[in-house]
Amino acid sequence: MTTTSHGVREVPVTEAVLEVDDLSVEFPTEDGTVRAVRGVGYRLGRGDSLGIVGESGSGKSVTALAVMGLLPGAARVRGSVRFEGTELLGLSDARLSDVRGNGIAMIFQDPMTSLNPVHPVGYQITETLRRHNPDLTSRAARARAVELLGTVGIPSPERRADTYPHEMSGGMRQRVVIAIAMANDPDVIIADEPTTALDVTVQAQILEALQAARAQTGAALVLITHDLGVVAGHTDRVAVMYAGRIVETGSVEDIFYTPRMPYTLGLLGSLPRLDREEERLTPITGSPPSLLNLPPGCPFAPRCPLRREACDSSEPPLRRAGHDAHLSACHFAGELVGTGAADVFDTAGADSEALARFADTPPSTHAEEDPA
Amino acid sequence: MTDTEAPGSAGTHLPPADHEFTVRYRSRTRLVLRRFVRHRAAMVSLVVFVLIVLWAFVGPHLWHYSYQKYTPDNSQAPSWKHPFGTNASGYDAYAQVMRGTQTSLKVAILIALGSTAVGAVWGAVAGFYRGVVDAIMMRVADLVLTLPLFAIALVISSRSGGSWYWIAAVIAGLTWAYVSRVVRSTVLSLREKEFVEAARALGASDPWIIFRHLLPNALGPVIVNATVLVATGILTETALSFVGFGVQPPDTSLGLLVSQAQTAVDTRPWLFYIPGFFIIAIALTINFIGDGLRDAFDPRQQRVRQ
Amino acid sequence: MLAYTVRRILVSIPVLIVSTFIVFLVVINSGDPVANFATSRQPAPSQAAVDAFARHIHADQPAAERYWNWITGVLHGDWGPSVQANLDIGHDLFTRFRVTVTLVAASLVIALIMAVIFGVFSAIRQYSAADYAITFFGFLFLAMPVFWFAVLLKQAGIWFNEQTGSQFLGTIGEKSPYLDVDTPWNRFTDHVGHLVLPTITLALVSFASWTRYTRASMLEVLNSDYVRLARAKGLRRGKVLVRHALRTALVPLTTVTALDVAIVLGGAVITETIFQWHGMGEMLVQSAQTVDVYRTMAWLLLSAVVVIGFNLVADLLYAVLDPRIRYD
Repeated sequence: MTTTSHGVREVPVTEAVLEVDDLSVEFPTEDGTVRAVRGVGYRLGRGDSLGIVGESGSGKSVTALAVMGLLPGAARVRGSVRFEGTELLGLSDARLSDVRGNGIAMIFQDPMTSLNPVHPVGYQITETLRRHNPDLTSRAARARAVELLGTVGIPSPERRADTYPHEMSGGMRQRVVIAIAMANDPDVIIADEPTTALDVTVQAQILEALQAARAQTGAALVLITHDLGVVAGHTDRVAVMYAGRIVETGSVEDIFYTPRMPYTLGLLGSLPRLDREEERLTPITGSPPSLLNLPPGCPFAPRCPLRREACDSSEPPLRRAGHDAHLSACHFAGELVGTGAADVFDTAGADSEALARFADTPPSTHAEEDPA
Repeated sequence: MTDTEAPGSAGTHLPPADHEFTVRYRSRTRLVLRRFVRHRAAMVSLVVFVLIVLWAFVGPHLWHYSYQKYTPDNSQAPSWKHPFGTNASGYDAYAQVMRGTQTSLKVAILIALGSTAVGAVWGAVAGFYRGVVDAIMMRVADLVLTLPLFAIALVISSRSGGSWYWIAAVIAGLTWAYVSRVVRSTVLSLREKEFVEAARALGASDPWIIFRHLLPNALGPVIVNATVLVATGILTETALSFVGFGVQPPDTSLGLLVSQAQTAVDTRPWLFYIPGFFIIAIALTINFIGDGLRDAFDPRQQRVRQ
Repeated sequence: MLAYTVRRILVSIPVLIVSTFIVFLVVINSGDPVANFATSRQPAPSQAAVDAFARHIHADQPAAERYWNWITGVLHGDWGPSVQANLDIGHDLFTRFRVTVTLVAASLVIALIMAVIFGVFSAIRQYSAADYAITFFGFLFLAMPVFWFAVLLKQAGIWFNEQTGSQFLGTIGEKSPYLDVDTPWNRFTDHVGHLVLPTITLALVSFASWTRYTRASMLEVLNSDYVRLARAKGLRRGKVLVRHALRTALVPLTTVTALDVAIVLGGAVITETIFQWHGMGEMLVQSAQTVDVYRTMAWLLLSAVVVIGFNLVADLLYAVLDPRIRYD
């Protein structure tokens, strides 16, 4: 299997390894039902890479956990998740755990808490190897674990295999997590904000390790992030999520150069860019809606500078914008051709707005819960 | 991305500390109250507990028998005349349980108030000044924590002569160290917060910062801890009284009543069960109230994970 | 490891000295045995006899000197004079310690095992009917006064014996005064029979709080990222529970157990009083009643050593079980 080079516009027509269709997830809470994911769908061909972008609370991580079957028991999941043609939703936990870590592997956000503090890192790798390869001897598993640690760029892996997670830095720990994910040559790796908790200087190295893992296993990648910059360099296609839905999807070029959804425009506008000098950053004001009792209409409408009457009455479906592989969920997608963020979003009010919000934010950790 | 907390804006746009504190405090109180009200067991417990307190303190003034007055009826089972029956000497058990509940509650509440006051100030001062002061003060607290509460209380209160405030003082003198630990750790994390920095920048004195800023913000854990202390207090006092080192006749406490009735479980069961039920009811409701408060102050435990 | 142990023991010694000194001051001021002696005897003793008594129990010495003489005496096996004539405090202490230690050890072990079973079960079945039931009974037992429950159990034991026509459940004392057929087996069953009810009593309180602690600790671990990663690796629930959750969740329980040993010792005093055991509980009650300073101090010193010992063992165990803790 070869890695797809960046910039391939067409969706490969090879068989799909992972197909997510009309997935929805609800959490019953004391205050009512939280609709965290509302009809998300994507298709991942062999070796494909898809970036899922959105603010916290947009349903990116919940979608990933739903695919893995790792949501808490209270969650209500509907729709379809097919892995190599097999429907995963409704599968018994025993059957699912044969797929987890073998067919689909996952990397979590915080390497500081992802590894068990009481087991050496080598053990935590051999554990997954031996789970899916019962015939593997402990000696062979150990050799493979050391090899994997080397692949993800851990110096003197032979010695490091016996150390405990607390003796490693965050970056090193995330490499171990990547080694665990690639251990059984999975077909899909889902990386949930793998670099968010790390220092900026380490982020690039971790993404490199992730690329090395993909190169060796040929796995398709779902890269969940809130950082458009990460997506640009590491995936072929992008899905932008907002309020539990995909609001725009297309190739990296589609999203970056011809966005057809005001929210995507806003995200791009708040991304610092070195190639255009004079532009100021244009933040999106306001905050994402509560996923409890969503009002009818477009969920982005309250923050949208292009809001019109139609936006409040019906929620726009995800439909073709430009060409077949570029979809957008905006009533007025057609009008956005050739529009930049600065044309739509206000730059002048940005700083004062941000400061006003900061002043309203209670500094206490006990204050109002995050809507996420 | 709508990341509004730009690092450059942090220091400059803080409102004056006092103003900020009151606004935040009020909204947080409302929030805590709302969460507490939704905790059903805690709300029911609060009602029951308040009713018991009212009954114990107001009831004796309305009831026609005194706890220390003989009646001509000996060893009577509960009836309309004596709802909780009478004991072998003819005392009205209803009046006695009322009095015992009152004494036990007084002791428990005094323990909670006393050790909370001492412990909170002790912990706040230690956490605020840190360094040597902290080291010395916390070693003292640790030392107190190693003393076996019940045994020491038993030894000291043998001298009390049975007065309820002395028993309360002895137990509070051994339990304040728990509070000081809790408050100290909260204060240690709070003292680096912006509003403390701001208050200091405005020239506030140390006691002002401790009492106006640190302690009110440590209120959550302190209140929760106080409920635990009420429960500990009532169980310790009744146990002491049961063994004979607590409240002494002619006064009475729930523990003393159980002790006097322990040989009569078969013959006059009402004398044994009723005061026991009251101890359980008080300790149980206060624990539920504490649990509700804990959840209300720290909602993280209930959150649906995403 | 050994160096760490030795250092921990050495650190414990000054703590023990300071805390026993404070306790000593408290105890000698908690009553006046000389006045007791002077007023409680019939006929009233002469002034000379009272003075001799005060000298006998060292009541005439300054506190610091008294403490020093006592603590150095203890190191040489001399536990000081009792207010009771012909009472060897050291002998008294260790005879009673042997009685109490079975009770305390049995109830600690039972409480711990039950707490782990119920706490873990409650956590993995969170919000189930069983979880609610365990939580409710946990709260109930936490609110239950030990002495009240003990009296009830005693009644239940008497009823059980009447129903079965046996004498298996002992309700008075730590053993029967005499046995009809004195064989080792009979002696053993008699001992166990007397142990049952007091052990249940004493286990109850710590069982309730440890169950709640285990449940909370287990829930935290079950919701942790590393358990989620272990599941994402494809490990089955049971395996994750045993290999990843239990170990990390139960390690902190060692510390909690050690801290609660003092509470269990206090509970033993009440339990022994109700079941009329001739153990350390009775000793403390008697010495407090008679204002017997050295007998009280002997009790407190032994319990302090036990508590410090438990904490030391817990710390060492913690260091062995949790690789994050270093002992150097």
